[in-house]
Amino acid sequence: MWTGGDRSDLDDHLAQGGFRRAADRRHLLLPALHALQSAIGWVSHGAINYLAERIPVSPAEAYGVADFYDLIATDHRPPRVASVCDDIACRARGVEADLRMLEDALGPAGEIHDDVMWMRSPCLGQCEKGSAAFVQVAGGRNVTVAPAPAETVIEILRSEAPRSSAAEPPPVVGTTLLARRSGSLREHLVGEGYVAMRTALRMGPDAVLDEIEASGLRGRGGASFPAAVKWRAVRAAPGPRYVVCNADESEPGTFKDRVLMEAHPYGLIEAMTITGYAVGATRGYIYIRGEYPVAHLRLLDALVETRSAGLLGGDIAGSEFSFDIEVRQGAGAYICGEETALFNSIEGYRGEPRQKPPFPTEAGLFGRPTVVNNVETLMNVLAIVQDGGEAFASVGTEASTGPKLFCVSGTVLRPGVYEVPFGATTRELLDLAGGVTGDLRTVLVGGAAGTFIEGDQLDVPLTFEHTRDAGISLGSGVVMAFTTDIDMTAIMRRIAHFFAEESCGLCVPCRVGTVRQEEALGRIQDGVSDLDAERGRLSDLDAVLRDASICGLGQFASVAVQSAIELRLIGGDE
Amino acid sequence: MFGAGGGTSSYQEIETTDCIVLWGSNARSAHPIFFHHLMKGVRNGATMYVVDPRRTESAQWADTWLGIDVGSDIALANAVAREIIHADLADTAFIGRATSGFDAFAESVEPYTLDLAETITGVPKAAIRSLAHGYATAGTAQLCWTLGITEHHNATDNVLALINLALLTGHVGRYGSGLVPIRGQNNVQGGGDMGALPNKLPGFQDVADDGHRAAFEAEWSTSIPADPGWHLSLMLEAMGRGDLTALYVIGENPAQSEADSAHAVALLEGLDHLVVQDMFLTKTARLADVVFPAAAGWAETDGTVTSSERRVQRVRKAVEPPGEALDDVRIFFDLAATMGHDWGTPDAEAIWNEVRRLSPMHGGMSYRRIDDMGGIQWPCPDEDHPGTLFLHEWLWDDPMVRDPAPFSPVEWAPPVDPLDDDFPIRLTTGRRLDGYNTGVQSSGYQSPIRHGAVIDMTPEQASDLGVAEGDRVRVTSRRGSIEAPVRLASGLRRGLVFMAIHDPDDVDVNMLTIDAWDPKSGTAEFKATAVRIEQLSTT
Repeated sequence: MWTGGDRSDLDDHLAQGGFRRAADRRHLLLPALHALQSAIGWVSHGAINYLAERIPVSPAEAYGVADFYDLIATDHRPPRVASVCDDIACRARGVEADLRMLEDALGPAGEIHDDVMWMRSPCLGQCEKGSAAFVQVAGGRNVTVAPAPAETVIEILRSEAPRSSAAEPPPVVGTTLLARRSGSLREHLVGEGYVAMRTALRMGPDAVLDEIEASGLRGRGGASFPAAVKWRAVRAAPGPRYVVCNADESEPGTFKDRVLMEAHPYGLIEAMTITGYAVGATRGYIYIRGEYPVAHLRLLDALVETRSAGLLGGDIAGSEFSFDIEVRQGAGAYICGEETALFNSIEGYRGEPRQKPPFPTEAGLFGRPTVVNNVETLMNVLAIVQDGGEAFASVGTEASTGPKLFCVSGTVLRPGVYEVPFGATTRELLDLAGGVTGDLRTVLVGGAAGTFIEGDQLDVPLTFEHTRDAGISLGSGVVMAFTTDIDMTAIMRRIAHFFAEESCGLCVPCRVGTVRQEEALGRIQDGVSDLDAERGRLSDLDAVLRDASICGLGQFASVAVQSAIELRLIGGDE
Repeated sequence: MFGAGGGTSSYQEIETTDCIVLWGSNARSAHPIFFHHLMKGVRNGATMYVVDPRRTESAQWADTWLGIDVGSDIALANAVAREIIHADLADTAFIGRATSGFDAFAESVEPYTLDLAETITGVPKAAIRSLAHGYATAGTAQLCWTLGITEHHNATDNVLALINLALLTGHVGRYGSGLVPIRGQNNVQGGGDMGALPNKLPGFQDVADDGHRAAFEAEWSTSIPADPGWHLSLMLEAMGRGDLTALYVIGENPAQSEADSAHAVALLEGLDHLVVQDMFLTKTARLADVVFPAAAGWAETDGTVTSSERRVQRVRKAVEPPGEALDDVRIFFDLAATMGHDWGTPDAEAIWNEVRRLSPMHGGMSYRRIDDMGGIQWPCPDEDHPGTLFLHEWLWDDPMVRDPAPFSPVEWAPPVDPLDDDFPIRLTTGRRLDGYNTGVQSSGYQSPIRHGAVIDMTPEQASDLGVAEGDRVRVTSRRGSIEAPVRLASGLRRGLVFMAIHDPDDVDVNMLTIDAWDPKSGTAEFKATAVRIEQLSTT
């Protein structure tokens, strides 16, 4: 079988491949597109055709996948392109002035001038730093720049060898999840690394599941599903099974998983390995956001070191248990944080969500039973196994057990990730972050798919049960403060724009509804219409999006806007 | 085969078959609708073999691609047959009951050892053996072919060699097992069914058969000559002799579609009278004395078409034809009236009902039933008949009620246009996904995958010739010479180049091809031309 290079005489007359082989290689499509993008800076039609022939997959399907992702360019791009965050957290910190400077120096966003280009980007997950840019570098490594004042972005775009200038995260406060760091396997082992893994191997998979159940651990990604129920279902289903870590952290205002992965990559690997052991999986995937180059590299390094130490791969730590992990990079698609869209993305298809049921526990990655949890959820496994489920359950409230990370951003003195026992209120978190810098207008809880709150609502404990009763969306743990000097109508328009851009287009309510919502907010902001005229339309859109969208993106695309209308944050409120 | 000309199977059968053999067909590009059905079969687990000189787009989905040398199909098929017999994989019960002439056939393939076949075809013998065993041991198998089999001087022998394989293994006349010559266009099958063949009346009824002729003579109140007419290749010969002096061309473009096209144009120009009836002013129409502008068959007329799986479907008029264009049938009626025959007003359904009266295999297909059933597959002799999913089920009758199907021993013969020192490279021609025959219907729109009139060759070949992609080269055969730019393609090999036929106005590849044709089918050997390629000095 000829796969490139010189051909033998035999290759002229015989080739073996076929659909089964093609199906086995389909998952390589996105990594291959990443490789082309990284080497050339964009992916030409010729490159797509070549790739399609080599995998093989039909060129139209390969194009459909390439075209799906923002970080894969299918038209000509210069070798360096900066995506600069203009999302709500950075707006609250006044990023617009920098964006105007970029426009003066480099021309309008999305246009090529002097062989460089900049674009506006949704949240890059660097909110604690106040501003951020992600620079794609052809033939080199992509870099994150945060904070990203205009002059720094310009300098990096014009430099020959751009380097990451992300400031280390400021000290974070925490007792469990944030207490550990691991820059190397040695550091991890010194800090009680693999105590949990050895405990798990000693007690056996069933006992691990019992501890998880006793801990009351619920998913931290927004759906708050009991982890033990998920894990037991997968263990009961026939193999092969998979463990998938959802590290596609893209909810605007969320950066805790990045902080965890950058600080403690070895811990995540150990936690996934224990998960694999408990459910009877031999293979795991970490699907990490494409805009997290630092965390990505640290994970890759950690995997190599862990594997060579015999703690990953075959016969882990001398046991008969085998487990290995592969890291896959997303490519700039918020929707891929939805678990079934994430599976499709890994499998080499457009990252569109699947109809549920079947649920991932039954037919997940590659159609197999799959545990999928986000980074924060999995990290809790270490403490649960090491200290016992009951100890974990003693922290927090009865229904919301354990510690919880909150991403506090916006107009506070010390934005960052804060670890608190479940039960802390929004007001307490704002105080932990040094308080609000100015007169507080409102707080967004839960991210772009979350809820604006004010007044007494600031005293609602941020637990699963309290927020549900109060009609607040806890989401991924975003707490974003807005002071009175911020144009909230512009913030709402940016949120609506985010959903219109990120809708995958698969189902009509979301594809059309998110655009109509953005248009309505645009009319209000531009003064050609007012809230009273648009209220009914926005309310109708809200109903249709909630009822008829097939996945959470559409179902939550109008939640923040509706809560803002309720609080009279939009238009005309004096 | 065994009588009426049509594929034995329905499209749905390939979706669940165990084994697919695509022989001399790049269906993914040339028959994309059929290929959708085929891909369902592949996704459902069928094993696919592709036999083709080129590693085509279709071959990219194959479990095994057998890259034969052009024109060596019979050697391969006979070796496959010999291997099946020697490995004791032939369906002896089926052969004994349903076929005749097996012993003579077995003797005829005996010289075609795997070693000899490897020498002639270039395909490693292990792959030939794999094809033989895979096809013979499959529960069901579909053997599909197209012009790679039929555009040769020995086209009929090629087809017979494949039919022998189906008879040897019992892969015909059963659901899922069949012989599938894939048809181009939506209605090539319908054209043959309606008697657009020199020796057939509608419904594949023999023009030489007095009984068949009598029914038509009674219906039409006229007499019909018992002598078969000429097929296109014979017509061209007759033009050359001066025996044929007037020609009425309907929906064909022989000035560009025929092999050795310079010769064809000279013949057309030498006619006393040429009438062309077409949607477009084709190159042939530009040579004509009279041109009848015709309506588009798929949007501007009522009637039926018949697909490759013998399914008759209705076509409905959606818009009026533009300008002076008329429905083909209306043109015929007007011509008849001018000649003094009043046929009345054209009515598609009335004409169809006439077909039903005269062609037994269409008898049960009323417009209402065609509508209700979403098309009907022939034969469908009466209005209680559901149509026929697959043909030749009678082969499995026990005892047999019809004459057994005969094996047809055939011998391999190399292409007529030999390779030698002056013409060392084999040129083969074919279709691309974005093009359609001579480009009359497809050259008018843009396509992102259109390469234009290029000559495909491997990078190694280009390097031998000292040319790069985009360089223009002169391609010369024993009949003519053309110039074309080079395109690098990985599916070929040294000594094998490819050109599509879609751009005759830019590069007329049929200036090169040979008009050697199969005496039984009249098809010319478009697939095997000996050429030499020279670098054009850059200016």
